[in-house]
Amino acid sequence: MASEGLHEPAALLDEATVDHHRAMTSLCEELEAIDWYDQRVKATADASLAAVLAHNRDDEKEHAAMTLEWLRRRDPALDENLRRFLFTTEPITEVGSAGSSTDPGWAGAPAPSATGSLGIGSLKGARR
Amino acid sequence: MNHLYRELAPISEAGWQAIDQEASSRLPTYLAARKLVDFAGPYGWAHSATNLGRSAEIFSPSEGVVGSQRRVLPLVELRTEFRVSRVQLDDADRGATDIDLAELDEAVGQIAVGENVSVFHGYQAAGIRGITESTSHEPIAYGDDMEQYVNVVARAADVLRSTGIDGPYGMAICPRVYTSIVETTEHGGYLLLDHLRQILGGPLVWAPGVDGAIVLSLRGGDFIFDSGQDLSIGYLDHDVDTVRLYIEESFSFRVDEPDAAVALIPGG
Repeated sequence: MASEGLHEPAALLDEATVDHHRAMTSLCEELEAIDWYDQRVKATADASLAAVLAHNRDDEKEHAAMTLEWLRRRDPALDENLRRFLFTTEPITEVGSAGSSTDPGWAGAPAPSATGSLGIGSLKGARR
Repeated sequence: MNHLYRELAPISEAGWQAIDQEASSRLPTYLAARKLVDFAGPYGWAHSATNLGRSAEIFSPSEGVVGSQRRVLPLVELRTEFRVSRVQLDDADRGATDIDLAELDEAVGQIAVGENVSVFHGYQAAGIRGITESTSHEPIAYGDDMEQYVNVVARAADVLRSTGIDGPYGMAICPRVYTSIVETTEHGGYLLLDHLRQILGGPLVWAPGVDGAIVLSLRGGDFIFDSGQDLSIGYLDHDVDTVRLYIEESFSFRVDEPDAAVALIPGG
């Protein structure tokens, strides 16, 4: 049940928040599975088993990427950070050194609250 | 800094927080379309067009060569301006929680109505065909007798079902009719609102900007709202008394399945 991992009473949460939780939980599970498969690939002495496990491990990466994309489409701050860091080539800590409006912890002048997006997104399934 | 230039505004973090919170808390009430259609994105301010997956033949550039050009749906930008008193912003810094943001409240309603109208009835200048323009079904007329409304909505759901469009169904309703529905109790004391929800299997949505009502399938994949920049607040300029801001978004909308909606119009 998705509600098992909730940290607040379910009655206080709307459907969109619970869906977000479901996706986050699913993403964690996919990443954990990748790690498990990877260790088994390295541990086994049977090359044919290692090939099967490596195939399964890489399938989980597809699942993780799909779930991450679902989250990105609904989370402007996550979207901003993924756009900033992914597919770059310079040292990762230098990508962030220009500062982020959503993370005052980064070097650079503190920026106003968030990117300006109000983060409304989809309201399908929201309480009304 | 991005194109909204928020960092240039003479507004403290507390002021921005008050403005953003006010807008975020009011917008969902007005944004009817987002409660009923699929939302894709946001893909960012640089996202300029939606891929339609089609091309159209054009004149050949030279002998023996056939030319065709991709068709796309450009995103439209909607913006409404508003002013905030600097005295009110100073009060927010002092901890006031009841600052006057009346112009923001008005702007929020205006941009939401613009979005609703574009989705439900279309926006010709932007190339957006709305749901009532795209539907393949004849509209169903309703009269003033709200008790007859049950039959009208049941007929609309039946039209969708009989063309193979699965539910649940939802309904966007103009404010006048919505109020009448909420106020109506059927024989036996049953609330009309609850009865209609049972017929549809989905929500009845108060939809400012809508004429009449629209019954549509919520199964997904039929109506796509493609968001570039989701609703955001930016800075224009300021003087000694006020700060001029705006609320803005970019989006396109398309109907992929014209069979999936029925319009209800007054006059039956």
